[in-house]
Amino acid sequence: MQRFLALSFVLLLLTACAPQPTGPQSLTVMTHDSFAATDSVIHAFEQANNAKVSFIKSGDAGAALNKAILTKSAPLADVFYGVDNTFLARALSAGIFEAYDSPALSMIPREFQLDSTDQALPVDYGDVCINYDKGYFAEHNLTVPARLEDLTQPAYKRLLVTENPASSSPGLAFLLATIKHFGDPGYLGFWGELHRNGLQVVDGWETAYYTNFSGSSGRGAQPMVVSYATSPAAEVMFATAPLQDSPTASIIGPDMCFRQVEFVGILKGTAHRSLARKFVDFMLGAEFQADMPAQMFVYPVVPAITLPDAFIKYSQIPSQPAMLSPDEIARNRDSWIEAWTNAVLH
Amino acid sequence: MAPEQSGAGPHRASFWLRRGALWLLPLSFLAAFFFLPFIRILAFSLDAATLSAANLRVALATLGFTVYQAALSTLLTLAMGLPAAVLFARFRFPGRSLLHALTAVPFMLPTVVVAAGFNALLGPRGWANLALMRSFGLSSPPIAFVGTLGAILVAHVFYNTTIVIRLVEGALSGLDPKLAQAARSLGADAPRVWWRVILPLLRAPLLAAMLLVFLFDFTSFGVILLLGGPSFATLEVQIYIEALSLLNLPVASLLALVQLLFTIGFSVLYTRTAVRSRIQTAPRAAQSNRRRAATRVEWLFIAGAVLVLSAFFVLPMLALPLRSISRLDADRGDRTAVQAGLTTDYYSELFINRRNSIFYVPPIQAAANSLTYAGASVLLSLALGFPAAAALAKPGRLEKILDPILILPLGASAVTLGLGFIVTFGRWLVHPWMVPLAHTLVALPFVVRTLQPALASLPERLRQAAASLGASPFRSWQAVDWPIVRRATLSAAGFAFTISLGEFGATSLLTRPEYPTIPIAIYRFLSQPGGANYGQAMAMATLLMALTTIGILMIERLRLPGAAEF
Amino acid sequence: MLELSRIHKSFDDQPLLRGVSFAVHRNETVCLLGPSGSGKSTLLQIIAGLESPESGTVSWQGKDLRNTPAHLRDFGLVFQDYALFPHLGVFENVAFGPRMKGWQTDEIKRGVMEVLQLVDLAGFERRAVTDLSGGEQQRVALARALAPRPRLLMFDEPLGALDRTLRDDLILQLRLILTRTRIPSLYVTHDQEEAFRVADRILLLHDGRIVRSGTPREVWESPDSAWAAQFLGLGNILDGRVLKGGRRVQTRDGTFEFKCAHRHRSGDDIRLLLRPTPVVGGSQLVGVAEEIIFQQDKYRVLLSGGLYFDLNAPPKIGDRVRVRVRLECLGVVRSP
Repeated sequence: MQRFLALSFVLLLLTACAPQPTGPQSLTVMTHDSFAATDSVIHAFEQANNAKVSFIKSGDAGAALNKAILTKSAPLADVFYGVDNTFLARALSAGIFEAYDSPALSMIPREFQLDSTDQALPVDYGDVCINYDKGYFAEHNLTVPARLEDLTQPAYKRLLVTENPASSSPGLAFLLATIKHFGDPGYLGFWGELHRNGLQVVDGWETAYYTNFSGSSGRGAQPMVVSYATSPAAEVMFATAPLQDSPTASIIGPDMCFRQVEFVGILKGTAHRSLARKFVDFMLGAEFQADMPAQMFVYPVVPAITLPDAFIKYSQIPSQPAMLSPDEIARNRDSWIEAWTNAVLH
Repeated sequence: MAPEQSGAGPHRASFWLRRGALWLLPLSFLAAFFFLPFIRILAFSLDAATLSAANLRVALATLGFTVYQAALSTLLTLAMGLPAAVLFARFRFPGRSLLHALTAVPFMLPTVVVAAGFNALLGPRGWANLALMRSFGLSSPPIAFVGTLGAILVAHVFYNTTIVIRLVEGALSGLDPKLAQAARSLGADAPRVWWRVILPLLRAPLLAAMLLVFLFDFTSFGVILLLGGPSFATLEVQIYIEALSLLNLPVASLLALVQLLFTIGFSVLYTRTAVRSRIQTAPRAAQSNRRRAATRVEWLFIAGAVLVLSAFFVLPMLALPLRSISRLDADRGDRTAVQAGLTTDYYSELFINRRNSIFYVPPIQAAANSLTYAGASVLLSLALGFPAAAALAKPGRLEKILDPILILPLGASAVTLGLGFIVTFGRWLVHPWMVPLAHTLVALPFVVRTLQPALASLPERLRQAAASLGASPFRSWQAVDWPIVRRATLSAAGFAFTISLGEFGATSLLTRPEYPTIPIAIYRFLSQPGGANYGQAMAMATLLMALTTIGILMIERLRLPGAAEF
Repeated sequence: MLELSRIHKSFDDQPLLRGVSFAVHRNETVCLLGPSGSGKSTLLQIIAGLESPESGTVSWQGKDLRNTPAHLRDFGLVFQDYALFPHLGVFENVAFGPRMKGWQTDEIKRGVMEVLQLVDLAGFERRAVTDLSGGEQQRVALARALAPRPRLLMFDEPLGALDRTLRDDLILQLRLILTRTRIPSLYVTHDQEEAFRVADRILLLHDGRIVRSGTPREVWESPDSAWAAQFLGLGNILDGRVLKGGRRVQTRDGTFEFKCAHRHRSGDDIRLLLRPTPVVGGSQLVGVAEEIIFQQDKYRVLLSGGLYFDLNAPPKIGDRVRVRVRLECLGVVRSP
């Protein structure tokens, strides 16, 4: 036992005091847990820039932002990816980023450039929509609801599950969509009716999708779940036996989906500014943008990127996604959630 | 010639020095990795404005519910755990070791997996409801489980019964059988023997178990969130929401402070009660008492207890291995046309990096990571736990203050502590030793509580006899202390091992993406849709359960060279 | 009264008790005497109902106790290591039995005080049992067994862990208490001195059977077997052959007259007891003193050849010693 302790102590010292090899510069990228990328794509960047990229995964978007804000004075990383439009104002007011007017910005449509100061640059977007179980609807001869108001009809009693906006990002997104549609305080009436129509509320996406949703492998009880527009495509891409069709689809009526945009920014105080800038350019570049859909199940902000087949076939893009300004969200978020909790949970 | 008896100057100094030395290591560990980060985050985020009456009122109301569900859960856990401890301590029956190990498996399963299992059994489309609906022709599921207080309570019992079993079983098998015989000869029938003689003598381990179970339930997070649902808010859940969703650190810190103060008060109360309950009993060989059922009543008890325990601990978890080998994909894209069939696809899928993700880690690697962290945690906990337990074994005035301090990390907010770690350690956060350190914080109270009674029971006479026969202090320790303490050490190691394997919250905060543990890997799979993801999560969970069961069985069967079992 | 009939019990597949039968009558203290491991404690457990015999019956006043559970037999039990309840004080330990019987509170209080007085522990009620000395603990154990007024008392080597003076004191006290309370008692021990002092009647347990039963005096005077004489330490055991005439016996140490209740034929090989106290008018035996041990009121002299005698005046080592002895017959080993 003593030998083991001695050995591990020595190893500890070595790892802590190993001299930095001269050569590749190191870049640390902090992301949320959902970040994924193809091996070769990252390696290509490393090769091209003589760099070594390491990632720090930090929980969901809120937890990651928290981490970044808490370590503002001594940042843990050089680049932070994962702030979305619901947290954008908060991140900007905390002052964790430094501005970078990347040349790649010129290619990105205006609607995604929510930060005029160019501290947070848009990378991808995704739509939070209601997914429905095609088989269930067919079997019970139900028509797919076309508008948010339809959800309060008795035909859909107890058929919808959503997540608590206080603890879940898609849950919050859906709430914001209803606020955009019904206005404040109109949305509360809507939610009250949903509640009376047997709405199921759970803590987070994993529970809603895999425990409650009948269209997933968890085979739950509700055929409608608040999820992502890309989830139907994922069902096909992540099946072990080839599927001819996706078992689910999204409902994309007007204001029924909420658009989430995700941003990347260079953390203030970074020691590797030029490399960080190159990485940001890389994330906005064609190769990474094309890699994102299959890895993270989001849409690239850069137009004219080739999407995977499954995306084209099974993922629907709403024509009228709901969006609210980041400032408005930051101002009212707490009170909206509190009001919602009172209307639905109590 | 014990140091306590002498009053002379230099002896007194050396006595305090010895005592101080015993406490130095665990205390500095706690100071560095608990107090420092906690105080820093509180100081960082609390401000006068937050301490408003409204906030305090909400905090206290949340505290009320948290205490309520924890107290209820603890009582139910005792009700399940005490008969189970009797079963395992007193009787021999086929399958004993396996059932014993199985009661410990839940302790290290991530909540998301336990929730899936319970849901498969008791959810609206679970086996129980489907069976009932079919047999009685009901249109809607009769059992409402998920989203009720009942689910929270059941899950807590499911998780924590093993704590009661482990702490009480040892004490029970160490009891002198003559005491029960004396009681019987004085006219006490079996129930009265239990009530008046055996249970009072078990008061100390029962109290210790209650303390640990209560604190676990008090700071319970995953169970409340996933099985209770949004209608139930405990302090920890609120802290999580305030801190990580609403980014409202001041309120989160206030709640964390309330939680900590309550824990301090509670553990001080416990220490006072426990000290009074301490009864000296001589060490006994444990094996001698186990036997087969002798009377019909005993046979019924064994059969009943085994049935209940198997149903409770095995059924919910059966869903996981079953699902890991059944086809979970929709057939031809139509979910209602569910295909039957077994498959090992999900297991083989674990070894394929289908998307060539940079973060792919083969399951062997995740298992190895988990085991490495667990091993390090065991070593650390024992290294810190032994001196603390030795100091507590001979209690003095100092111990009354230090004992509650040791328990604190269990009753403190993990989320807040995590944030404290971020603020305090910065870049060191992702150092490989951080994870075992965090695990040790949680495991330490268990280790100390398991070791302490054994160390307290070491008879000075035996050591003196060994010394008079020429044994050096080390050989005396080896021949006298070690056999008595060995069993407790193994039990403590088992605790630390299982706690480390199943820890999720701290680990997700501290680990590097390239060294995921199994619970983290499971969580990763469940955060994306698709049959392959779900199936792999089930497969990993099954692997985790198998790994744990084997690990526990091995620890329990370990026959180290040495004297007789104690 | 208690009656045991043909009790059989094995331990680890080896027969331990092979047909033990005896009775304990009113007002008598019976002592079961036997070497360690002979099954005495097991027998007590069987009587108490804590163990079941393989065959045989235990009955009280003629009623078979087979179906009576231990807690209803009303037999008090005093253990060697006391088995006091460590979580209860002296008062509560002693009050346990009366409580189980459902006595009223004041009855209990009175009974406990009475019995504590009896064992000379008045004033000890509030003490913790773990604080007491060995002798005090044993007396609490006795008080505890006495308090519920059992119809039989059983003692399992109760004085084993105590020192000599304490033991002597307690034996005396015990004897007085037992006489005073008039409860029939069964006292188990391997110490023959204790047995002789306490018992009204002694039972010798050997090889799973009762081989001798009688008052202490009877057993002392006529052990009736070489084993009993050996176990009781009554004296030297000799082998001898009966000579013609049936009155004298030839031994290794000489030829002597011997006393015997039964008649022997010439040529019989018999076992003889040679007590260490010299007898007036007995045959003379000569030997050389090898070792002399001071025993307070006499000297134990070991002769070369192995025999020992207790003499008033010690010879010197190497002296020739003359002793007047009488041999007693213990039984035939072999007849021609």
